[in-house]
Amino acid sequence: MPTSYHIVVCGSIVPDPLQTLEPVTTPTGPALKNELLLPAVLDPWAGHALFEAAHLAKQHPGSKVWLVSIGPKAKLQQVMMTVAQKVPFELIAIDGPAGGFTESAEIAAALAEAIQGLPGLDKSRLLVFGGWESATRGAGTTLQMVGERLGIVDQFQGVDQLTVRPDGSFQVLERIEGGRHQVSSCGALPALCGWATGNLPEPPNNPQVGMLNMRTVMPALQRAKPTKISNEGVTFPSVSLPKQRRETKIVKDMPPDDIAREIVEWIGKE
Amino acid sequence: MEKNPDTDPRETLKTLPGDDVRQIMWRYQDRYDLQMLIQSSRSVARGIVARLVAEGARNSHDWTAEKNALLPAFDAAGITTCFMDPQQGGFIEGPKNLALSLVAMELAWVDAGASTCSLAGNLALSPIHERGTPEQRDYYMSRCVPPQNGEQRKIWRGAFSLTEPLPYVGVETGLLSGKVSIAEWGVGQEPILQVEKRARFITNMGFANFTTAAVESADPRIKGSCIIILEETDPGVFDRGVPTRKMVHQLSSTNDPVFSLKVPASRIIGGYTVKDGVIHPKFNHSEIIEAVFRRTRVGVGLMTAAKLLSAVEPIIRYHRNRFRGAASVNPGTPRYDQGLQQKEDCLQRLVDIWATGEAAASLGLAAARLFDELDPVEKIKDQKFAEQGIAPGMAQMKAFRGISKQALEFISLAAQPAAERDQARYEALKTDAVVQYLILDSQANVLCPATKLWNTGHGANVMRDAVSLMGGYGITEDCPGFLGHKWMDAQLEATYEGPEAVQRRQLSVTMTNEVFLAVFRSWIRELRLIGTERPGIGADTLATAMELWSWTLEYLQKNTDAHGAKLYHGNRQGVSFPLADALCWLVASRSQILDVLELAAKGPANTVVAEGLDGLVNFFSDLCAVQAASAAGESARICAESVYGYSALPAGPGGKGPGDQTDASGAVTAALEPFVRLRIKLDASLAGSRLAKDRAAEALTKVMIPEALDYPV
Repeated sequence: MPTSYHIVVCGSIVPDPLQTLEPVTTPTGPALKNELLLPAVLDPWAGHALFEAAHLAKQHPGSKVWLVSIGPKAKLQQVMMTVAQKVPFELIAIDGPAGGFTESAEIAAALAEAIQGLPGLDKSRLLVFGGWESATRGAGTTLQMVGERLGIVDQFQGVDQLTVRPDGSFQVLERIEGGRHQVSSCGALPALCGWATGNLPEPPNNPQVGMLNMRTVMPALQRAKPTKISNEGVTFPSVSLPKQRRETKIVKDMPPDDIAREIVEWIGKE
Repeated sequence: MEKNPDTDPRETLKTLPGDDVRQIMWRYQDRYDLQMLIQSSRSVARGIVARLVAEGARNSHDWTAEKNALLPAFDAAGITTCFMDPQQGGFIEGPKNLALSLVAMELAWVDAGASTCSLAGNLALSPIHERGTPEQRDYYMSRCVPPQNGEQRKIWRGAFSLTEPLPYVGVETGLLSGKVSIAEWGVGQEPILQVEKRARFITNMGFANFTTAAVESADPRIKGSCIIILEETDPGVFDRGVPTRKMVHQLSSTNDPVFSLKVPASRIIGGYTVKDGVIHPKFNHSEIIEAVFRRTRVGVGLMTAAKLLSAVEPIIRYHRNRFRGAASVNPGTPRYDQGLQQKEDCLQRLVDIWATGEAAASLGLAAARLFDELDPVEKIKDQKFAEQGIAPGMAQMKAFRGISKQALEFISLAAQPAAERDQARYEALKTDAVVQYLILDSQANVLCPATKLWNTGHGANVMRDAVSLMGGYGITEDCPGFLGHKWMDAQLEATYEGPEAVQRRQLSVTMTNEVFLAVFRSWIRELRLIGTERPGIGADTLATAMELWSWTLEYLQKNTDAHGAKLYHGNRQGVSFPLADALCWLVASRSQILDVLELAAKGPANTVVAEGLDGLVNFFSDLCAVQAASAAGESARICAESVYGYSALPAGPGGKGPGDQTDASGAVTAALEPFVRLRIKLDASLAGSRLAKDRAAEALTKVMIPEALDYPV
């Protein structure tokens, strides 16, 4: 097993979760109202994957991290002003749509093509990371198809922990029902991990890290190739917000037991 | 298909303006270093700073361990380092006025005390940065950079000790009770100085390792005054003193310290020479203060601007949700869906708050960018003058008198079409750094005090309106956006680094500079052109208001009051100060219009901004029109009071007192006819301004806002 890795993280942007997300019908299909105008963040699931990748790379000198991202170029650039400050990586930007109404098979094809085109990529050291699912859509299908297209058969989904053993093999903890984990061992690369939340906190912003990343991020954005996601054959019979809505309220000094009781009651109404 | 203005609804604001919009308006869309700095500052502001405020950390004067956690957060986010040059450990090349201003805004968006805490460290270093020797700059600035990976050292933090115990230095920085004398001066040795300084209201003093202190000579062997660096390990007393019992900005440490220390003369900022056995500091304390404050005051003004803009979202949310939860108010009813936004008054008052915030931000950031432009030109000017043996102070002022003619010539040439002017002469003057310095400096000398005065003084009044729009909630600690705190804090922003009277005094001098007035006339011409191309943006209103102000200034400078006393005079602050106030309204409104034009011009190139650009520009143009009308009204009121107010009351039939500006029929004399015509023109130019306010108010009922504020309450 190698002692350093080529880690490719797939991840894009989603609307800031604090924003009001209102489905609307457009001539090209469903969308979120004013989505392009709303502030965006790196998809939290992909964010966990990126931070885990950077952590792993730091522990194994000689490793390299790429972030392959499909999204509107200008929007990606805005998000990079935050993300690029957190950990070192090289951005591979693809100019295209991002959101919950794009066909995941097409997105997976574009991502896989971009990964295959990475200069100097060593598949015997390759780890493909990404979010197990996405904040825009919880289908959990994209990353699996990326792996299939790359011929990666060792795939793990809902990953919370990846531990490299002294012999180079690694142990993976995948989420299963009941708050438990399935423990797997993997002895060869390439492999793919769809991350759940992992265990790492979000790294703080550091503009000096950002300035270093920007040397490659800006050129990558400038040469981002446009990709067409046609959504051919995809129809959405209906789009609606979840019926069960939680109204935000501010209550100070509420005992934890009361908070828990209220949440249980709320879940029970569904 | 083209839009039909008669049938198609006018596009308006869809969402609150985001970073991509601000980057264009405030001219840093190509500055990735600044964009990242903003994001990292924001994470500190809406993270630890907001939590501290929400947890009640402001309820103590002391610098607590909880508050002290701000410092490493600033360090980690690059806020501490952004003041430094790369060779000192920083990461931003070139002038940093805009960078520091943007950081100040981000922090003040949540809490201005935290912003002051960050800026005060820079303020301590500013005397060294602006006028220190190269050795002093490298020594202190590199020590104030957080330790890098693997470094084992303590970061230094500074405080700026100028203000002294009452009744000394406050408004009048020329009086100092802090003293410096020679303690030891061995033959061939560096003099050791004894510094005695008591200071008051010194920010960062609770933790500073060094301070830059203004002192005056108490020894015939030292000439004049200076600013000197004192370190906590110097022999003697470095007593931080008691925390100042201030009622605001409690996330900054403020103490009343006492110093009695022996320090080497090499600590005199800028160095010194010895002539006939007397130490001559290269810069007296006033020269250093002038260089420092003219830059740092901009950031203070921008704090209040940020607070006004930060009030918009919580107020909209409060108004919309006002009646939700009541048993008798059901979803789907107007009361439920619109809440207080059904009422025109609260919408229109919020439009005024937003328009003021936009104008204040535009003015302050224009000033910051101007200083970024000025800084390198000033260095070239200093170098040229040094080569010619022209010393700072009076000698430079004398040299400028000759050069100002060339500056006026350049301004005149710049106003002419390129094909019609003497292009060779224009190019020659354009590349003359001293001429360009004079032109930029004349503007900076107005925009800086205008930012400090108008943003904080008028801004504090408008913050009060913001608080009142939240009802009783506004004046509680639980108010979303901490609006009550922000209102109170604004009073200190109006006072820090030179209170309002100091700014008015400076403006009353700098706004009469002939170079500035020539620039001002070029602004009027520029606004007339804008008014032709974009009639709804308020440019014509503003241009007329500026003509009226210009006419009034000239009239006041040339005329006397009813008693024959000169009207525009240094000591006649009843005349000069209100006119300075009026000017601030005008320059703020102008900056706001220019920023919206920048957005309209550059927005289409950004695919994200282009999506909602028409509506955004329409809305912002309406805000400009609203603000231009307010500025014109306020300015015209001041001008009218100044022009008529010093005349005698109209005499009875057949009589006429000295200075009476009316004839027997009560009509004004010929001398005032131009003023009357301008006022009529101004009043007429307000056409449509209230319709613009109606449209902007309507937009507030439709705009999408986030579900919740992105920082705790």
